[in-house]
Amino acid sequence: MEQLVKLIPLFPLISFAIIGLMNRRLNKQLVAVLACVGVLLSFIDSVLIFQNQMQGFHPIEVKVFDWIVAGNFNASFAFLVDPLSSIFLMVITGVGFLIHLFSIGYMKDDDGMRRFFAYLNLFIFFMLILVLGNNFLVMFIGWEGVGFCSFMLIGFWYKDNKNNDAAKKAFVMNRIGDLGFLIAMCLIFFNFGSLNYSTLFSPGFLSGSSVSTGTLTLITFCLFVGAMGKSAQIPLYTWLPDAMAGPTPVSALIHAATMVTAGIYMIARTNIMFSLTPDTMTLVSTIGIATALLGAVIGLFQNDIKKVLAYSTVSQLGLMFVALGVGAYTAAVFHVVTHAFFKALLFLGSGSVIHAMGGEQDIRHMGGLKKHLPITYLTFLIGTLAISGIPPLAGFFSKDQILSEAFAHNKVLFVLGLLVSLMTAFYMFRLFFLTFHGSFRGTHDQEHHLHESPANMTIPLIVLAICATFAGFIGFPHALGESMGIHNLFDAYLAPILGHSSSHIEQGTELLMMASTTALIVAVILYARHLYLGKKYVPESDAQMTGSFKKMAYAKFHVDEFYHKVFTQGLDKISLFLEKGIDIPLVDGLVRGIGKLTQQLAAISRKIQTGNTGYYAIAFVFAILLLFIFFI
Amino acid sequence: MLTLLLILIPILSGFILLLTGSKNAKPIALVSSLIEFGLALFALNTLKSGAVESLSYNAPWVQSMGISFHLGMDGISMLMVLLSTLLMPIIVYASFNKTYSNAHTLYALMMLMQSAMIGSFVAMDGFLFYIFWEVSLIPIFFIILMWGGENRQKTTFKFFIYTLFGSLFMLLALIYVYLHTADKSFDIQALYAAGRSLPLVEQGLVMGAFFLAFAIKMPIFPFHTWQPSTYVAAPSPGVMMLGGVMSKMATYGLIRWVLPMVPDGVHEYGYLIISLSVLSIIYASCIAIIQKDFKYLIAYASIAHIGLISAGIFSLNMQSLQGSLMEMLSHGINTVGLFFVYDIIYKRMHTSEMSKLGGIRGVESRFAFMFFIIVLSNVALPFTNGFVGEFLLILGIFQTNMVAASVAGLSIILGVVYMFRAFQKMMLGETNALTATFAKLDKQEIITLTIIVLLIVSMGVYPKPILDITESSIQTLLQGIQ
Repeated sequence: MEQLVKLIPLFPLISFAIIGLMNRRLNKQLVAVLACVGVLLSFIDSVLIFQNQMQGFHPIEVKVFDWIVAGNFNASFAFLVDPLSSIFLMVITGVGFLIHLFSIGYMKDDDGMRRFFAYLNLFIFFMLILVLGNNFLVMFIGWEGVGFCSFMLIGFWYKDNKNNDAAKKAFVMNRIGDLGFLIAMCLIFFNFGSLNYSTLFSPGFLSGSSVSTGTLTLITFCLFVGAMGKSAQIPLYTWLPDAMAGPTPVSALIHAATMVTAGIYMIARTNIMFSLTPDTMTLVSTIGIATALLGAVIGLFQNDIKKVLAYSTVSQLGLMFVALGVGAYTAAVFHVVTHAFFKALLFLGSGSVIHAMGGEQDIRHMGGLKKHLPITYLTFLIGTLAISGIPPLAGFFSKDQILSEAFAHNKVLFVLGLLVSLMTAFYMFRLFFLTFHGSFRGTHDQEHHLHESPANMTIPLIVLAICATFAGFIGFPHALGESMGIHNLFDAYLAPILGHSSSHIEQGTELLMMASTTALIVAVILYARHLYLGKKYVPESDAQMTGSFKKMAYAKFHVDEFYHKVFTQGLDKISLFLEKGIDIPLVDGLVRGIGKLTQQLAAISRKIQTGNTGYYAIAFVFAILLLFIFFI
Repeated sequence: MLTLLLILIPILSGFILLLTGSKNAKPIALVSSLIEFGLALFALNTLKSGAVESLSYNAPWVQSMGISFHLGMDGISMLMVLLSTLLMPIIVYASFNKTYSNAHTLYALMMLMQSAMIGSFVAMDGFLFYIFWEVSLIPIFFIILMWGGENRQKTTFKFFIYTLFGSLFMLLALIYVYLHTADKSFDIQALYAAGRSLPLVEQGLVMGAFFLAFAIKMPIFPFHTWQPSTYVAAPSPGVMMLGGVMSKMATYGLIRWVLPMVPDGVHEYGYLIISLSVLSIIYASCIAIIQKDFKYLIAYASIAHIGLISAGIFSLNMQSLQGSLMEMLSHGINTVGLFFVYDIIYKRMHTSEMSKLGGIRGVESRFAFMFFIIVLSNVALPFTNGFVGEFLLILGIFQTNMVAASVAGLSIILGVVYMFRAFQKMMLGETNALTATFAKLDKQEIITLTIIVLLIVSMGVYPKPILDITESSIQTLLQGIQ
């Protein structure tokens, strides 16, 4: 088993190395095969490990080598497989493989196809390290590694500086979060003398230690700052929509299904710590719901197909943090899994659309694609239904679990969460109707080129659609399942790590809630249908836009501009002041001043050195006399 | 004896170079620096086998003043010797496809400089250390003066006077401690004993005097203003030796001469130096952000990294000191790497003004790729050598001073801002008329960059062998100053 664990990250690393080193010497087909096989082998391996983990709770620890050792600090490069990491392994490699497959078709004509696959494999490697690590430092390797790959892939088309700026922005914002992570690690080591999960999370270790709640709160707060950066939560969320500058498979894999859920993984992994710090938990759920609302509101007004999905991701991640914040760790991880399926599906679907539209991303110029892209249409519909939370699709179960946990915890949170779900259903169907229904609004040229994507692109769509349809059943709600004798397998599997949900609401209440939220969502969908299908409403062009709130939301509430002005330009101003106001005139000025002073003194003393030997002789005698007097 | 040989071989090769003339200067310099590196590896092996005595050499020198020619090596010295002997062949090889007038003199001076620097790393006598410290200045003075660029006279003068000025304080402090030794000796143990017997305030003053000399050489704020202009004026081999190795003489000096000699002063006033170092990190990082010229940017980035090392040294724990040594090694390698990158660009484009460049990746992607790995190490990405050092440093500083570590941590953000900005400006974006002419890397350039990149990654993935070299020496040192 240990060897199998070591192999998981090794496969994609090997294919990365081969593609990276051989590069142009390999033909494109071979690169595609290598890249996909690397991830596929990892996936098979993950399945084997998952099967192993299903047979009762027995975490596997594997030490690969000593990494950083200094005095009493010891961080090995070591892995930990337990139910939590095995779930993530499956999602990363499974969805990762499908997206690799999709990319073959999507990227086949791109010049940089080889390095694209190399980065994608490297990303999978780092993402696997992130979830496999058995101490914080190994998680940090993966954490920064995926950030780096994200940087490379957002700026994949590096000739356009807009992409490079987006990539840099993502990396810098992630780094702000990483500093939080780094400080958290320092605090943990300082207080507990170890960064190893097995030490820190052994039963009773944290609760039995003399470390104050205040310190623990600081630790979890710093960890959460890290999660904010990686999982795009307020205030560090603005990089994610910009990250759409990368190729669409990247958006699906990194900026929807896997990397952005790293923050959720981190908090789930450290749930014992978070559970001990109610203040941080409140903060997590507050930030989560605020981000969920903000993302949803902005999503209502966007016209770029990928931007809508990006804000949707921000919003859905917010919901996951709500779940974490109320202690429903399993619900959060469950939503990570279902979200990975339907959001990857939606992104790849949008990729298929963009591919057919020749690069066009504005939904105002689409419409009526249903008949040209039947498979994309159907799978996109499934994704849309799933994210909207229509039973029995996957999104329904996970969203329902989050909402009911929120309900048990805090009614306000529940109401706001419900509002987010309703907005989600609306903007998703708005997107869906505008893209696939009605009549085509693009150019004649575009219409002529409309075509369904090839099989290697549609097969991943179909597989993901199947997952998005049925994956929810693994987390069958207690309220429904009890009478039918169906258990919540997902809860049971993760319980040794994440615990059972503490909050239980009455079965009747929960069933009523399910029915009413579903009814409301259906109503919203019907309203969207009425608006975009019945009235054939198409969002106006930017110039014709009216309504100040709408404009504000369309402009993303000018947060980007605000950040740019305050932080980017502010930093530049400080730097300029330090150089022109302090460094040159003062610090160096002082040095130059001393230099000048010396020169002037020298000019005076030069006059003493006349070159007259007699004069020197007298000085000499006097000096000796002085010395004599001094020493006697 | 082995240690003495490490000092003598570069001198010998220097003389051979002077005698043979410029025709075969390059291969001779390369071979002799490789021999020296081999010898250093042999010394490492000796050290590991525990035969520390055979690395020691002690001969009376100026007996009347208690000065002896005492050399010796522990893990800390060993690491520094490895750094300088490892970098030397790289620096020499990096200059292979450039033509310098009187190349043999240039290489001879570099050899002499290396000899003096190694001397300062292995000197176990205070006066001897001082001699090596000062002597190392002479070759670099001539290197910049004779092969430097614009404004070289003015800059060298400033550099020379400034560092001499600092050294003067070190000399005074040395003599002061010497006067307190029991039997008037400059030997390291005698100086340690005398220094420790000083009252607290005097220990603080001695520390301050030493620190002034070292702070100028490193350099850190506010003693840094000689450095950017000197880096810009110096020819590539010179600047690589300055930034790569010579700055480490100062940080090494802190560990060897200040911490054990005046431990009470360090414990009492060390926080002042930590504060100044952290200030220096932020200050230099901010100024680096707005630099327009790549060479200036490297200079300020270097100040930022050195500040972290200095703060780590005064944090006095295993992690911070191991981190500082690891970072010295990484900083040396990365600085040479960055200056080599500068060299490659400047040679082709005749400018290092970043706004004039852009899109080089589109012309020569291999170069951009290897450059980017050096950038990643500079921003301390895990699995690069820069991460190991900086992580241990921040972890260590944190245990002594949480606020300082957190502020210093800002450098991981600022570092990305200036380094990525520079990379983007030069390498990414549309290729312009100038950068379209960017010639492909030649073999020598590829080999040099590959060596640097391999060092960066291998040290980052498996740093243990390097950390092991210094572990026990640092432990001994820390036990001695508790």
